[in-house]
Amino acid sequence: MSPTPLAWYLGLSAVLFTVGVLGVLVRRNVIIIFMAIEIMLNAVNLAFVAIARSLGSMDGQVMVFFVMTVAAAEAAVGLAIILAVFRSRETTNADELMSLRW
Amino acid sequence: MNPPVFLLLAILTVAAAVSVIATANPVHSALGLVVTLFLLSVFFVALDAQLVAVLQVIVYAGAIVVLFLFVVMLLNLQGEPRLTGGKGLVVAATAAALAFTALLVTLLGRSAPAPSNTLPPGFGETQALAQRLFTSHLLAFELTSVLLLVAVVGAVALSRR
Repeated sequence: MSPTPLAWYLGLSAVLFTVGVLGVLVRRNVIIIFMAIEIMLNAVNLAFVAIARSLGSMDGQVMVFFVMTVAAAEAAVGLAIILAVFRSRETTNADELMSLRW
Repeated sequence: MNPPVFLLLAILTVAAAVSVIATANPVHSALGLVVTLFLLSVFFVALDAQLVAVLQVIVYAGAIVVLFLFVVMLLNLQGEPRLTGGKGLVVAATAAALAFTALLVTLLGRSAPAPSNTLPPGFGETQALAQRLFTSHLLAFELTSVLLLVAVVGAVALSRR
């Protein structure tokens, strides 16, 4: 049976990315917003890998490596910020976090 | 990967991703995220990206989701009073998301380059990726190490007090 065409992978990537965007737009819990961002990053990773496979070049996979590293760094710092904010504000609701002052 | 298998896995992946943003309990969201990431690593294997698939399971499903779960448990969140923004926002955002998906799928389907079936030997294996990483992408690799150092120091500085 023939392999799956590249466009299908890109379509799945687009759908996943949109799910992530939707999560960022509608949810109010900062942790869930973070998870939605991870979904978006992974959707882009899928597109990178699919195009790398289609072009027969490893560069896309190297990019995925970097994206994963940045995602790990972002998650560590972001969750530390969420913890610090929760300690002083007792909330993770994005609507209630309005003041820039600590 | 056969198209029917792809479709089945794609539907499962999207369902898991939707469960991440749709469930009220953050722990359920984290578990949905694990399922999404594992299914994506299946796609990576099918696309001859074995090392990336392994890294996906170890780094994402292993480390990052555990970090999320730690924070969720640590915060001891009581039930959220309001899960989402206003009803108008949800309807508008969903409509915009559907339109955006249609746009992306149409454009990506149209602009897809022709696939080449001749893969270089060792494609997707550790050696090939490491070769790229330490030659043509060396500067970016070193900058990544600086970024990780900054992230570690920043996370420690933020969480102690």
